[in-house]
Amino acid sequence: MNGPFQFRIDGVEVAATPGQTIMEAADAAGIYIPRLCDVEGLRHQGGCRVCTVKVGGKAAGRSVSACTQPAEPGLEVENDTEARNRVRRDLVEMLFHEGNHLCPICEKSGNCELQAMACRLDMTAATRFPYLEPCRDLDASHPDIALDTNRCISCGRCIRASQDVDAKGVFGYVGRGIHRRVAVNGADLAHTDAALADHAMSVCPVGCIIRKGEGFATPIGARHFDHGLIGHEIEGRAGEDLARKDGRK
Amino acid sequence: MTTETKVAYPPDAEIMAISASFGNDHHRMLDILLAVQEARRCISPSTMDTIAAAVGVTRIAVEGVASFYSFLSLAPKGRVTIRLCDDIVDRFSGLDAVVAAFEAELGIKMGETSADHGFSLDFTPCIGLCDQAPAAMINDVVATRLTAERATAIARALKRGLSAAEALVADHDVLSPYQRVRALVENNIRRPGEVLLGPVPEDAGLHAAAAMAPSAIIDAVEASGLRGCGGAGFTTGRKWRFAANAPSDRRFVICNADEGEPGTFKDRVVLTERADLVFEGMTIAARAVGAREGILYLRGEYVYLHEHLQAGLAARRARGGLGADFDIRIQMGAGAYICGEEGALISSCEGLPGEPKTRPPFPVTRGYLGHPTVVNNVETFAHVARILDRGAAWFNAIGTDKSHGTKLFSVSGDCTRPGVYELPYGLTLRELLSLAGAEDAAAVQVGGPSGTMVGRDSLDRRLTFDDLATGGAVIVFSARRNILEIVDYYMSFFVHESCGYCTPCRVGNVFLKKAIEKFRKGQANDDDIAYLKDLSATIIETSRCGLGMTSPKPVLSSLKNFPLVYSALTKPSKDGIKATFDIQSAISGARDIAKRRSYIFDKDFSK
Ligand SMILES: Cc1cc2nc3c(=O)[nH]c(=O)nc-3n(C[C@H](O)[C@H](O)[C@H](O)COP(=O)(O)O)c2cc1C
Ligand code: SF4
Ligand code: SF4
Ligand code: SF4
Ligand code: FES
Repeated sequence: MNGPFQFRIDGVEVAATPGQTIMEAADAAGIYIPRLCDVEGLRHQGGCRVCTVKVGGKAAGRSVSACTQPAEPGLEVENDTEARNRVRRDLVEMLFHEGNHLCPICEKSGNCELQAMACRLDMTAATRFPYLEPCRDLDASHPDIALDTNRCISCGRCIRASQDVDAKGVFGYVGRGIHRRVAVNGADLAHTDAALADHAMSVCPVGCIIRKGEGFATPIGARHFDHGLIGHEIEGRAGEDLARKDGRK
Repeated sequence: MTTETKVAYPPDAEIMAISASFGNDHHRMLDILLAVQEARRCISPSTMDTIAAAVGVTRIAVEGVASFYSFLSLAPKGRVTIRLCDDIVDRFSGLDAVVAAFEAELGIKMGETSADHGFSLDFTPCIGLCDQAPAAMINDVVATRLTAERATAIARALKRGLSAAEALVADHDVLSPYQRVRALVENNIRRPGEVLLGPVPEDAGLHAAAAMAPSAIIDAVEASGLRGCGGAGFTTGRKWRFAANAPSDRRFVICNADEGEPGTFKDRVVLTERADLVFEGMTIAARAVGAREGILYLRGEYVYLHEHLQAGLAARRARGGLGADFDIRIQMGAGAYICGEEGALISSCEGLPGEPKTRPPFPVTRGYLGHPTVVNNVETFAHVARILDRGAAWFNAIGTDKSHGTKLFSVSGDCTRPGVYELPYGLTLRELLSLAGAEDAAAVQVGGPSGTMVGRDSLDRRLTFDDLATGGAVIVFSARRNILEIVDYYMSFFVHESCGYCTPCRVGNVFLKKAIEKFRKGQANDDDIAYLKDLSATIIETSRCGLGMTSPKPVLSSLKNFPLVYSALTKPSKDGIKATFDIQSAISGARDIAKRRSYIFDKDFSK
């Protein structure tokens, strides 16, 4: 495997280079694979599993996370089908039920990737899952930043950004299993070297890492996901392939 | 919880010395934290700061490790920590009475530490002693076949100030490490086979291997048909070939002695009786793949075997069987089932929380510290040594077409002869159960919680890779047992042991457990059966590692093989109201705020 090669996502030919993940190749081709923990510019984590796709033949298909799985020549990938999206909806619902999400009073509403993902995946029916209702302390110790991990989806973006981009290590995971959560490198955020300008403070997909002194600044209608479904920027890259996009409602 | 810090904290020099004794190497974080836990009985924020500074990582990175493992504690523990095994087999063997006896004698409840920091009482999942349950870890030794009387006597001895070893083993100070192990734990070898538990000559396999080219060793292992005994059943020879062919100047051989699958205890017996055979197999593997360094990852629950294994390694070094060409260190675990998964095991050896690694790359190409690494089960390595001695054809001829050789089965639960059976692959479950004195089994958990629960109609199925596969566990339940209690327990095990890295396993298993609770309370309706299946499918499909991919199996296999257990407990919901909805608890918060009772819903309003 040295030169560029082709594989298929939902029957569409996609070009890839060795070392690219399925998701990277899809992004370049203007095909959106839903994701929550993965974000451009940060190491892949493979934790949310929302990007799960099926590779290989229909029956013998194997599920993998598109954000970590290398693309391979001739691979057949199943992405945007009812079966895959149903499973994704389950995962998104799990994340909603693991935390406390009251969108109408949340500063992130309209700019939130979890909320936007629920919208894209048509999470409209009543869910069957129980609520876990965590009760974690709000950390408002820092002059510029507040941290409300009751909305955390454990995506780890803040951890990777602080470690790899800011070279600081302000955030980290503690605990195991359902008790695993994001914590800070000190008694509280004020006792860390966190700064508002850190990349880590700008990557949270949900409303956990909150900038103090500003709130609800963007009017409804002008918020990020008021402009289109999550993923529309990536899908926009496939300018010539409008037919496929119109297939979606 | 007891009140804070009566423990005196010695100066930080002690912590720094511990860290220095591991070369201030952050890859040895787990060893450092275990040593600190031993010295201080707790890992406090200030010690985490000291360790972080000494090894050059952030304090949150230290806390990430310290908070991951069950045997490390951020709150002070007692001088003696008693960890009672709360596996389902122990529960069915009189655990409650043992708990009550310890609580009464020590004056604390489970989960508590006494005010004088003398004792802590905790539960822990399967400690690999199901054949002599109920059992407990007491500091670094174990107590088996507990009864209320025995628990009281042990607690009294400990209260008199005896160490755990003194309280459990007479003359423990004059016994050899091996004798101490034998005094603590029975082997219960019920059926020695011709490969492992029968007589074995010393280093005969290694001598044969020494005369062979590395590639010829791999050929022999592949030709024998040996497949991994840790559960997944990957062909051992092929795994070694991948590692041997991966370009690198450094390679590793790791023995997986995490043996965490509830109901499995055969590696315990191999490590007790055939430790040298395991080291021999590791040495052969090292020669085959070109490794100079080996690690034996020993689960924290088997710390009582540590001295015995160290003595075995020392004896091998003295004989020249280990040394400059290849040596083995023991990495202690600290209470985390997930560390049996090979990626998580490698993470743990690297001083990280026991989280599985992203695959690909696989350990054979990028494993420990990024180098090609072979991870095999204890039993697998022991088999290798015998194959090199007796030849691939000999081994290949034992067993069936696709499952070659013998297998160690750990049989426990409702049977008269629990213990370890070494038998050729291919016998039926019925044959094994009759050897074990379990003819009246109503349900059998083959392969532990991540295996399959079968009923009487499956007794003629064969124990092979392609029929009823098992890493070794065979847990027998008689008709007296409640299937849903078993399933509920196994789900609580997976909830406790999920590493939390990925959504479906971290969250989904909690939901699955809650759904089973609903059935047990008689609050389920027919829709809940579909719900169990849908949720299980999502968890299996999307989980990141084998734990999540198998965690719904207790639910799915009991649904399939014992459907009546579920349907008997479902009833249609009345008036469309969910049976789980409890109006009294739903309004209690509002009632508190309003400081008055509800006109409509409070039953006692008339009073
Ligand atoms: C959750 C989980 C726990 C595991 N626990 C063990 C274990 O305790 N011992 C073991 O040998 N293999 C265990 N395995 C399998 C290992 O990942 C790996 O396949 C095995 O050690 C390879 O050795 P083998 O090929 O000799 O069986 C576990 C796998 C998973 C997914
Ligand atoms: S974080 Fe997102 S999903 Fe959660 S409450 Fe805020 S807007 Fe809603
Ligand atoms: S705080 Fe935000 S960025 Fe960090 S893990 Fe939680 S959801 Fe992700
Ligand atoms: S499946 Fe479970 S144990 Fe495995 S990575 Fe995900 S959370 Fe961790
Ligand atoms: S985006 Fe791939 S697992 Fe989260």
